[in-house]
Amino acid sequence: MSSTNANHPESNGAIHASGRATPSVTPGATPAVVCRGVTKTYGNGTSAVFALRGVDLSVAPGELLMLVGPSGCGKTTLISIVAGVLDHDEGDCVVYGRNLKSMSNAERTEFRGKTVGFVFQSFNLIPTLTVAENIAVPLLIAGSSRAEAIERSRDILGRVGLGDRWNSRPANLSGGQQQRVAIARSLIHHPRLIVCDEPTSALDHKTGHDVMQLMREVALSSGQSLIVVTHDARIFEFADRIARMDDGKIESIDTSGRALAASHGAVP
Amino acid sequence: MMSVALKMLFGDRAKYFGIVMGVTLASMVITQQGAIFIGIMTRTYGTVTDTGQGDIWVMDPKVQQIEDIKPMQDTELFRVRGIQGVGWALPLYKGLIRARLDNGQFQNCNILGLDDATLTGGPPGMAQGALADLRRADAIIVDEISANTRLAKPSPEPGGKPIPLKVGDTLELNDHRAVVVGIGRSTRTFQSLPVIHTTYGRATTFVPKERKLLSFVLVKAAPGVDVESLRRRIELTTGLAALTNQQFKDKTVDYFIKNTGIPINFGIAVGLGFLIGTVITGFMFYNFTLDNLRYFGTLKAMGASDATLLSMVILQSLVVGAIGCGLGIGIASFFGARMANTPLAFTMPWQLLAVAAIAVAIICVLSAMLSIRKVISLEPAVVFKG
Repeated sequence: MSSTNANHPESNGAIHASGRATPSVTPGATPAVVCRGVTKTYGNGTSAVFALRGVDLSVAPGELLMLVGPSGCGKTTLISIVAGVLDHDEGDCVVYGRNLKSMSNAERTEFRGKTVGFVFQSFNLIPTLTVAENIAVPLLIAGSSRAEAIERSRDILGRVGLGDRWNSRPANLSGGQQQRVAIARSLIHHPRLIVCDEPTSALDHKTGHDVMQLMREVALSSGQSLIVVTHDARIFEFADRIARMDDGKIESIDTSGRALAASHGAVP
Repeated sequence: MMSVALKMLFGDRAKYFGIVMGVTLASMVITQQGAIFIGIMTRTYGTVTDTGQGDIWVMDPKVQQIEDIKPMQDTELFRVRGIQGVGWALPLYKGLIRARLDNGQFQNCNILGLDDATLTGGPPGMAQGALADLRRADAIIVDEISANTRLAKPSPEPGGKPIPLKVGDTLELNDHRAVVVGIGRSTRTFQSLPVIHTTYGRATTFVPKERKLLSFVLVKAAPGVDVESLRRRIELTTGLAALTNQQFKDKTVDYFIKNTGIPINFGIAVGLGFLIGTVITGFMFYNFTLDNLRYFGTLKAMGASDATLLSMVILQSLVVGAIGCGLGIGIASFFGARMANTPLAFTMPWQLLAVAAIAVAIICVLSAMLSIRKVISLEPAVVFKG
């Protein structure tokens, strides 16, 4: 396992996901995400909880970065800040050249709609909408017509292997299928950054493996960056880099996901 | 996104029906109780409605409402006729009389004595006979509802249906023989007493002798004369009260509102309907929003602006409001239609529908405000909280 100093975010190195897919990191390209000295505290006074204590992190376009670490170490807080759904206290977080701190709420909302795709642990598919309608939501938010959005969502459903389930309700799908729908939803509006919170924790090993493979293939092939928060060592092999967090800081960044996976016994 | 909002609403059927039922209940109670209240108030001036061929009612200044008779001397009629701008002025007798029925029982009735020459002020419609038949000896016209109920003759068979009064039958009015020459269609009055029409001269012979018998003078303005100016001129000249048809109706309604518990009783019912509707709808709608908060958060995280989410919640609220209001008014209208030929007073003018719609809109706004506050203050980061 080769570790690099976490405080050198540009040390992307040669990143490969152990033959699972071809990473599309462009050396020298403008970073997708650059965080410097990011802090976040919940509460104040004696009850203050220091969730992030000066995090430096960089993610390159086309890179799949995994954030790992024990519960409460600040992983979710960090992706929430990077995704623009949570304000940070100090430091800078620049996503595709836009400093999140300098944006108004409305600007950040618009920025999220155009730039960020989300995959959630519990899928967050709206149960009363069909699969195609769920996938169409980001386009509808962006102002596309319903007909166009549904047509495009049916196209992308084919890419995630659920072309025939477009009219099903989420409740009629398995966990793996629901996560595929969530992935399709996160991709449909071509966001440049996709953040995933424990995308495989509700799935069995094989399904989780398939989901990650799908994400690598579909997202990274078009140059999108992925940040995946996970506890699941079985999917480490898909990472270009793995950032290990503890107590609100990035302790180390591993450039070989497969090696780390092997150290966890997840790769034979 | 509005289609998403509607799908979210219609998809959760239990809550959707609950919210709609809350609005339906509120609008139904408001409309139905309001319609009964208006119906009762309309009946208080039923005689004014039916006898409205004139423009102005002249009466003793102490009269408070149509049933409150303070007779005037007959000479007042001639004083009114002498006022410039009066086209015609006719006497009207209005009082109570006791009718003796075939079974020996007595029934109090309203008796209206019309001008002998013109018979102005008769029933607005006739079911049997003709108004002109009042010129025959001892002639009276009885209202249709009473002819079938309170004044009906008892069945010769025990327990049988009463036999409706018809043309040719006789009644004993205050020991005077009266012959039914017509069955008229009169507006039900507040007291729901039978209404008997006859001529002024005959009415004053039926009732006990008093020094003053003239109840009202009905006045028609001459062509081209302003009614309001004539009304004021009559008051100034005679010292009597002169009111237009609408003013007399308003005065009557005003009296009943101020001097009876009717508005309070109906007001409480309407208020309760509004309150219950607001509580049920507000609670269910808020609960619906709470259940969907995770999805609103997801939409917010995915770039939906506060304005979009606000529009979604307002649309959901308006849709349940419109459907519930329509159902409530529909049920109230059905109820009203079913009660059309019963003693129940039920009048549903468009203004009442507007009031019900406004009340429902307020309910929806109050319900939506609770939910909107929750949705707008929602941190999109909530989506990562599992």
